[in-house]
Amino acid sequence: MMAGPPRSAADGARPWTFYALATLFTLFILFLYGPMLVIYVLSFQGPDGGVTFPMVGTSTVWFENIVKPGQMANIPVSFERSISLAALVSVLTVVFSVSAGLGFRRNFPGSGVLFYLAVASLVMPSLLVGFGIALGFRFLGWDTSLFTSALGAQLTWTLPFGLFAMFAVVNRFNRSWEEAATDLGASAWQRLRLVTLPILLPGILGLAMGAFTLSYDEYARTTLAIGPKNTLPLEIYALISSATSPVLFAIGTVTTAASFLLISITLFVIFRLQRRRALLVPKEG
Amino acid sequence: MTSRYDVELVQVTKRYGTAVAVDGISLRVPKASYCCLLGPSGCGKTSTLRMIAGHEAISDGDILIQDLNVSNLPSVRRGTSMMFQNYALFPHISCLDNVAFSLRVRGVPKKERNAKAQQYLDLVHMSDFAKRLPSQLSGGQQQRVALARSLITRPKVLLLDEPLSALDPFLRVRMREELKRLQRELGISFIHVTHSQEEAMALADLMVVMEDGHIRQADTPRAVFEEPASAFIARFIGGHNVLPWESGMIAVRADRCSLGGTGDDPRLAGHVTAVEYQGPVVRVAVATDAGLEAVAVVSDRDFYRSPVGPGDAATVSWSQNEAHLLAH
Repeated sequence: MMAGPPRSAADGARPWTFYALATLFTLFILFLYGPMLVIYVLSFQGPDGGVTFPMVGTSTVWFENIVKPGQMANIPVSFERSISLAALVSVLTVVFSVSAGLGFRRNFPGSGVLFYLAVASLVMPSLLVGFGIALGFRFLGWDTSLFTSALGAQLTWTLPFGLFAMFAVVNRFNRSWEEAATDLGASAWQRLRLVTLPILLPGILGLAMGAFTLSYDEYARTTLAIGPKNTLPLEIYALISSATSPVLFAIGTVTTAASFLLISITLFVIFRLQRRRALLVPKEG
Repeated sequence: MTSRYDVELVQVTKRYGTAVAVDGISLRVPKASYCCLLGPSGCGKTSTLRMIAGHEAISDGDILIQDLNVSNLPSVRRGTSMMFQNYALFPHISCLDNVAFSLRVRGVPKKERNAKAQQYLDLVHMSDFAKRLPSQLSGGQQQRVALARSLITRPKVLLLDEPLSALDPFLRVRMREELKRLQRELGISFIHVTHSQEEAMALADLMVVMEDGHIRQADTPRAVFEEPASAFIARFIGGHNVLPWESGMIAVRADRCSLGGTGDDPRLAGHVTAVEYQGPVVRVAVATDAGLEAVAVVSDRDFYRSPVGPGDAATVSWSQNEAHLLAH
């Protein structure tokens, strides 16, 4: 019988490397989350406080400032833009990546070349991709804007990413499910709708969420291709360079909370789906 | 007019690029028979099954099901139904919905198809599990549901791809009986792919031994066991000593061999290399100095009358008429 991980001969005694690596990992976690934690704490700065410690009392005044008319007027509207762009990017990424992921299971002639062409934009410098798109638009005499050039710029990033993710999802898909559906008389469309897509659904939801978050905080590709109306990350960046007040921190806290909420909901749904169909080790009898 | 055969293969060939997986095989499966395709892995048995099912295109030749040439028909119009090796139950829907799937895609109303599916779950004694998801069932239970899902399409021929290989030995024997019972009761043909000669012998009316994309022998299990057509078959189905003899290669059943020898019976003299006690019988392996090996399976009573151990001198003998001359 196998039971649990192997144990060292002297139970309980850990080698010094354990403590060294544990320390390193703790430092890494601190480095990763420390700055964000500082931002969350400082967003509750008192009305007379500044962008650094010490805290001068606590308040929620900076949160209220976000929605007040005035300097921050662009934040809610750019937030809306970011969300709707991310939603569209997410939908398009899912549609194309899922189709491509299913298509690439077949080794059609030229599939290798096509694959490398599709993923090449992952390794291209992101600023240049955005710049190239903006240049192309100008060359053609079109205006850069949110749902044209910016959308395209973001898709160069999310599509190859989504394709990779779909490969992982499709790899675990058992071809005989599709054959069984065909055997039982399902048409190609019924097979896709009743068998393939529902079985892939947890992976597809994960992919949608991934594409959404990639788009939501994309900066480098979007910045040159966005046109006159900013998305949230661009707006925040503009604010950082022009004005500094704890409002920035409050925005950070709110957007982080929004992201976490979205991720939690998606994970919860995926978890529920997975649990419903968890593949238990078959017990005979 | 009723057809005499449920399935006929006529010079069926399957090529993958330049590799030939199935090489011009012909076979007739009589009505309502249990046919086992038997062979080592890579012999072409699964490709053959998948071609009959329509999941693999035929490179050459024809497949007839009850006199209808189905070579170019899609799976659903062939009157076959396939049970996959891992059962391929849809993991996201209940057992009832799995069984009702073929009715659903044909547009049968929900109430009607569920009632029908429930009937077929009854047939395989799984009606209590209708609401469960496949992952909540044991391997044997999953197999029953998969059977119900195939049978609800009222196939003329049921195709089974290594249906018992995922089960533990005890359950395998039980499901084997159940498969045979269902086949008899339904009166349709089953074509069952397996690499286990024991399974094939227990089930088959027609046992088809394949090697290298060819059918080497197709006959009743008894005929194959009594008169294996070649050394390969004699070795593959087991229980035989395959020996080079005066007239050519011969096969002698190990259970018809005895230790010691009387008169001028043919014999091999050598030393015991292994003794296996198997309850009712004892299996004694003997090797000659020239490197020939023979096995005698003797009753425990005979063995313990004059027991031998590894290293002892021993002679394996058989009567002349037990030796079966092999074609090659």
